[in-house]
Amino acid sequence: MIRTFGTTDILYLVAAARWTLLLTAIAFVGAAAIGMVVALIRVAPFKPARFLAGAYIQVVQGTPLLVWLFVIFFGVPLLGVTVNPWIAAALAFSVYGSAFLGEIWRGALQSIPKTQWEAGASLGLSTAEQLRHVIIPQSVRIAIPPTVGFLVQLIKNTSLAATIGLVELTREGQLTAAGTFASFSVYLTVAALYFAICFPLTQWSRSLERKLNVAR
Amino acid sequence: MSLVELKGITKRYGEVTVLKDVSLSVEPGEVVAVIGRSGSGKSTMLRCVNGLEPIQGGSITVDGIEVSAPKADLRTLRQRVGIVFQSFNLFPHLSVADNITLAPRIVKKMEPGAARKLAADVLARVGLAEKLDAYPDQLSGGQQQRVAIARSLAMQPKLMLFDEVTSALDPELTGEVLKVLEDMARDGMTMILVTHEMGFARRFGSRLLFMHEGRIHEQGKPADLFAAPKTPELATFLNAVLH
Repeated sequence: MIRTFGTTDILYLVAAARWTLLLTAIAFVGAAAIGMVVALIRVAPFKPARFLAGAYIQVVQGTPLLVWLFVIFFGVPLLGVTVNPWIAAALAFSVYGSAFLGEIWRGALQSIPKTQWEAGASLGLSTAEQLRHVIIPQSVRIAIPPTVGFLVQLIKNTSLAATIGLVELTREGQLTAAGTFASFSVYLTVAALYFAICFPLTQWSRSLERKLNVAR
Repeated sequence: MSLVELKGITKRYGEVTVLKDVSLSVEPGEVVAVIGRSGSGKSTMLRCVNGLEPIQGGSITVDGIEVSAPKADLRTLRQRVGIVFQSFNLFPHLSVADNITLAPRIVKKMEPGAARKLAADVLARVGLAEKLDAYPDQLSGGQQQRVAIARSLAMQPKLMLFDEVTSALDPELTGEVLKVLEDMARDGMTMILVTHEMGFARRFGSRLLFMHEGRIHEQGKPADLFAAPKTPELATFLNAVLH
């Protein structure tokens, strides 16, 4: 039953890459939503909330993503809840990403001088209005390059979802390698496909950085 | 009734007491110039007046609003009190027009069209009518500071606070900013200015305050104080800055 690694297999790998992209998209949206909240809490004037958000980031960044995938996918079903691999992956990646985006965005928010908050406050803007109209618009340009950089990490890390049986690019590669025994060619192809996705993003991030450095 | 009433205020940063039992009342239309060495507490006092710095003792009332109350309505207060900083603090991502109209639009819910007209008016008052659509980084320091003044004026404040507004400018640019302040003083604006511009304080100040080690050490008519300081500290200070 051993077949040769041919064009059809490559097309299957390319097709599987769309699940990698979909998982990345879901993970990024989830991570951005939670990460925004975490970042805002980290700059909020309430110490206990800041502490909790900080602790959340420490715990998430101090534990491997793979372990969380296993906890959710293999552990939670023991409590009697069936977990679909997509749900497990979406959840684990959102939480993982939120800690990183939360930190990136906190840094961007805090890089805006305190005098900008004061100028807004002195004009009668509320804290929320200062954030919305003064602080966030300025910090976005600072946050974009590292955010795109993180997105590249996220794309590559979605390969971990292969371990819970989600058939994305890496899992499809494993299946193809098992059927063809052409592990070398198959995994090189998989690597090339990841590179083809990530490289344009990296270039985009660099060009953004250059542009934002010269812009006001 | 006084527009500004400071009663025995104390301000501490941790262990350091920067304002000690400072009392001051300012009547509408007064131009109060505050002078003193660095670290004498003059800027801190100014920042307390619009609630940017909380105080640890005493009370501050501005236009009937008790600034020092725990639930003070700082939003309303700050619509009536403008402040201009040494470092301008314009919003760099917004055009001059948007810098000026932001607060009128957001805080006072003004129509964009009316707000833009207002921006043109206040810019004309500071002599920068043609800069409506420029960005802060396209302006000189003096122009940025005049935009900052215009931004405050757009809220139609009853009181203006100036925190060493010319200290970051070279002499030529200082002149154009002082010109704007002079116009405002002539128009009857109530002003408290922390300044190193002794010439301006002498000509336009209705009162001069000399701060020393967190207290109002001496005050009176500028001409009197410059001619005959009563305390040796003020005499020493004037000697140092006037030469």
